[in-house]
Amino acid sequence: MDGFPILTLMLAVPLVGALACLFANANNARWIALGATLVELALGVVLWANYDVGGAQWQFTERAALFAGFNWALGIDGIALMLMMLTVFLMPICIGASWKSIDKRVGEYMAAFLLMETLMIGVFTAQDLYLFYIMFEAGLIPMYLIIGVWGGADRIYASYKFFLYTLLGSVLMLIAMMWMANEAGTTDIPTLMAYDFDPKAQTWLWLAFFASFAVKMPMWPVHTWLPDAHVQAPTAGSVILAGVLLKMGGYGFIRFSLPMFPEASAQFAWLVFALSMVAVVYTSLVALVQTDMKKLIAYSSVAHMAIVTVGLFAFNPQGLEGAMIVMLSHGLVSGALFLAVGVIYDRLHTREIDRYGGLAINMPYYALFFLLFTMASIGLPGTSGFVGEFLSLAGIYKVSSWVAFVCTTGIILGAAYMLYLYRRVIFGEQRNPDAAAMRDMDLREWLMMVPIAAAVLWMGVYPESFLAPMRADIAALDARLARAQPDGDAQLKMGALKPEGAAEPAPAHEGSH
Amino acid sequence: MDWAASLELVAPETLLSISGLILLLVAAWAGDTYSRGITWLTVAVLAAAGIMVAPALCGGAMGGTSEAFYGQFRADAFASYAKLLIYAAAGASLIVAPVFFERVRAMRAEYPILVLFAALGMSLMVSASDMITLYIGLELNSLAAYVLAAFIRNDERSAEAGLKYFVLGALASGIMLFGMSLIYGFTGTTSFAGISAALDASTGGGLGMGALFGITFVLAGLAFKISAVPFHMWTPDVYEGAPTPVTMFFATAPKVAALALTMRVALDAFGSQADTWRQIVIFAALASIVVGALGAIGQQNIKRLLAYSSINNVGFMLIGLAAATPQGASAMLVYLAIYVAMSVGGFVAVLMLKDADGEPVENIADLAGLSRHRKVLSLCLAMIMFSLAGIPPLFGFWGKFVVFQSAVSAGLVPLAAIGIAASVIGAFYYIKIVKILYFDEPAMKAVGKSDWMHQALLALSALVISPLGYLLTLWLGGLADKAAAALFFSA
Repeated sequence: MDGFPILTLMLAVPLVGALACLFANANNARWIALGATLVELALGVVLWANYDVGGAQWQFTERAALFAGFNWALGIDGIALMLMMLTVFLMPICIGASWKSIDKRVGEYMAAFLLMETLMIGVFTAQDLYLFYIMFEAGLIPMYLIIGVWGGADRIYASYKFFLYTLLGSVLMLIAMMWMANEAGTTDIPTLMAYDFDPKAQTWLWLAFFASFAVKMPMWPVHTWLPDAHVQAPTAGSVILAGVLLKMGGYGFIRFSLPMFPEASAQFAWLVFALSMVAVVYTSLVALVQTDMKKLIAYSSVAHMAIVTVGLFAFNPQGLEGAMIVMLSHGLVSGALFLAVGVIYDRLHTREIDRYGGLAINMPYYALFFLLFTMASIGLPGTSGFVGEFLSLAGIYKVSSWVAFVCTTGIILGAAYMLYLYRRVIFGEQRNPDAAAMRDMDLREWLMMVPIAAAVLWMGVYPESFLAPMRADIAALDARLARAQPDGDAQLKMGALKPEGAAEPAPAHEGSH
Repeated sequence: MDWAASLELVAPETLLSISGLILLLVAAWAGDTYSRGITWLTVAVLAAAGIMVAPALCGGAMGGTSEAFYGQFRADAFASYAKLLIYAAAGASLIVAPVFFERVRAMRAEYPILVLFAALGMSLMVSASDMITLYIGLELNSLAAYVLAAFIRNDERSAEAGLKYFVLGALASGIMLFGMSLIYGFTGTTSFAGISAALDASTGGGLGMGALFGITFVLAGLAFKISAVPFHMWTPDVYEGAPTPVTMFFATAPKVAALALTMRVALDAFGSQADTWRQIVIFAALASIVVGALGAIGQQNIKRLLAYSSINNVGFMLIGLAAATPQGASAMLVYLAIYVAMSVGGFVAVLMLKDADGEPVENIADLAGLSRHRKVLSLCLAMIMFSLAGIPPLFGFWGKFVVFQSAVSAGLVPLAAIGIAASVIGAFYYIKIVKILYFDEPAMKAVGKSDWMHQALLALSALVISPLGYLLTLWLGGLADKAAAALFFSA
């Protein structure tokens, strides 16, 4: 693959598809979008197959001075590769989810989705600070349109909230980026990741980046845009929001905040922990009382993302790896849960939990898949959720027992709200005749669910496939963070060694027999 | 400096004035039936003048060889850059005019000629290197502009716009003239170089109160012309009342000229006193951004909205001026070019919004659901709105980017942070327009056909502000750097 600009190709394919969709009629637009996303998936597979695990840190790099002031610089490491794979994997499923449920302005819808895909891949591949910013920020436009045009009743309020919240977060980051480029004299991300900024300046820079990533993540208390946006977005929009867009925040922390400002990250770790602890407990409790299925899953996303942030700021390999796996797993699982909601929403056009019940009787296969994803969301061993949450919490336990304790309650609460949801929707008696009359999943829905289910189980049973490409990058990050590592609260003290002679006699005595 | 060289340097202005006078005679004899022909001739004259100033820009002309008439006039790269933008904007507002005026039977041959004389005035403004030249250019432009604002004589709004513009413009000129007289009194000269030297020499014991007042008054007068807060109140009324092609002209060419003039005065004449005027500029910049954004939110009329948007944009450009560095000046020039493209696009789109009878549709609520029946027009308008909001990957982002970059490089990080955070307020009303175009149920008001000339112009500006515009950044940045270097050469 030497020299072949595969990353540029991956950016170009959906873009060309988007343009084609704008001018195509409804049916053609669906097929063009599906074709483009499948080509993209194939390219992603080629990319993964050619990724040299244990090779150079940055692979598939491309450099061209195209614009004044910054470069067309692309390249990926293992972390970016995994998130890209998540993106290209979810996109064809999103198109499938919108196949029938979107019937107005199909061409524009598909174009917005493909544009979104280009920009997400751009975010994960950009190696230039400003190129990253452009990709990061441009995603607002298609997402604003997706929520606003094809969303539910309160879509306008939700779209404004989404747009303005995330914009305000990002613009401050831009000023910080300019300052950094000015100070370091380069906009090259790998160089900046090794550049040591003055710790005093780091404080401000970290806060500016935090403003952006915390909103994207989203962390409590700036998470309020997420439930609105999720509930109002069409199913595929929710999948892409939960599956990939939220990961941009985590990616931002792991790519910018941690390696570029290690001292400031250590300094503000308490802030991240505090916000995350509140988020885990508070949003889990909020999820427990929701009557709208999508809103419940949206709040559960906030709680899961809080596990990601504590893992990231644990400053050790377990925490970082765990955070990455939680992100991947949450991308799959919450995406699948939104799809599952979409399946019954398409039939009954309501997301009210009370309108369903006893679906296990008339939709047994659906109940099976829903159960699998519910369990994965709770973190049952054998599913992807367990691996990530276990690693994250193990990582944070090294740093602070209390944070680990509070965050672990999130798993219990998670089990509570997810099982409660499952019981109300799937089990029990069939109270609503229209819900009882719903068909089970059709072929299209099977095709959407099976790949995600397979990936969830794969990641749960053999996470090594996903950890291996990231291991070297996480080790490098951990080494970079080592100098700022905060002391854990549980200082294990090695007891005084017993004198040699005192310890030895017993075996020696035995030996003499 | 001999006369021949001086005359050669003012050749573009000479061409403009002679053709203006000849066309005036043609118009007097031939009458209004030849308005279209005269319009096209005027466009040709502007194009020719543009070709004549281009070499100075590409060659990066600066210093002594670009000075004419003993330092009264400077035809350097900076002036050429501004002139090219002015001629292009004036040409655009001529091209769109006939269709608009003919519908209300107000197309008169004087329109292109007035624009031509205004362009001549603006040429003098941006080339001025002496307070007297500055004032002559400014007044020549303003007098033509007052008449243009009131061009549809039987329309009350137009007449009101003309009167308001005249009264407030005259007040601004008076304020500026008073400031100039103070400056002259305290420095003993009217030439920019002389003022700069005199102010520099006098700072031993701090800048005198009189000179300080002079600087403040001159900047206040200029703030009127660029419609920066707190001297912005005339803008929405004049923009709304004036005929749309004239509004487009006001929003582009005189804005470029006045901003270029402000740069020349601030960075050249008062260049040694940057710390004195910086706080004035910072206040005007932030106030313009905030007031421009907040004022626009409640607007019902799209022309008023674009007026507030232009106030908002001037605020961003002034951030580049506050940096007071060549990088800041270059950033402002880049922003100006992008701003002209966005404004031309925006007003052409407004011109294209017509109901079934051809009456202009200016009420924002009437644009609801426009994307259903006017796909391309809505797409262009939405692009312009996102671009004005500075959302990447549209080209408007680049303008904000370079301006803020220059502010950060100059160490004005808090200013940049506050300015960019305030830009989010502005984003609200821009995305509100997009919401009305795309999310709302169709009102089916703006269904009228558009002229192909308008379509072509809109397509051109949409192309420039699309992500493809980034391919221009190297070239545009290079030209702006040359222009900024020329500005700082003498300072």
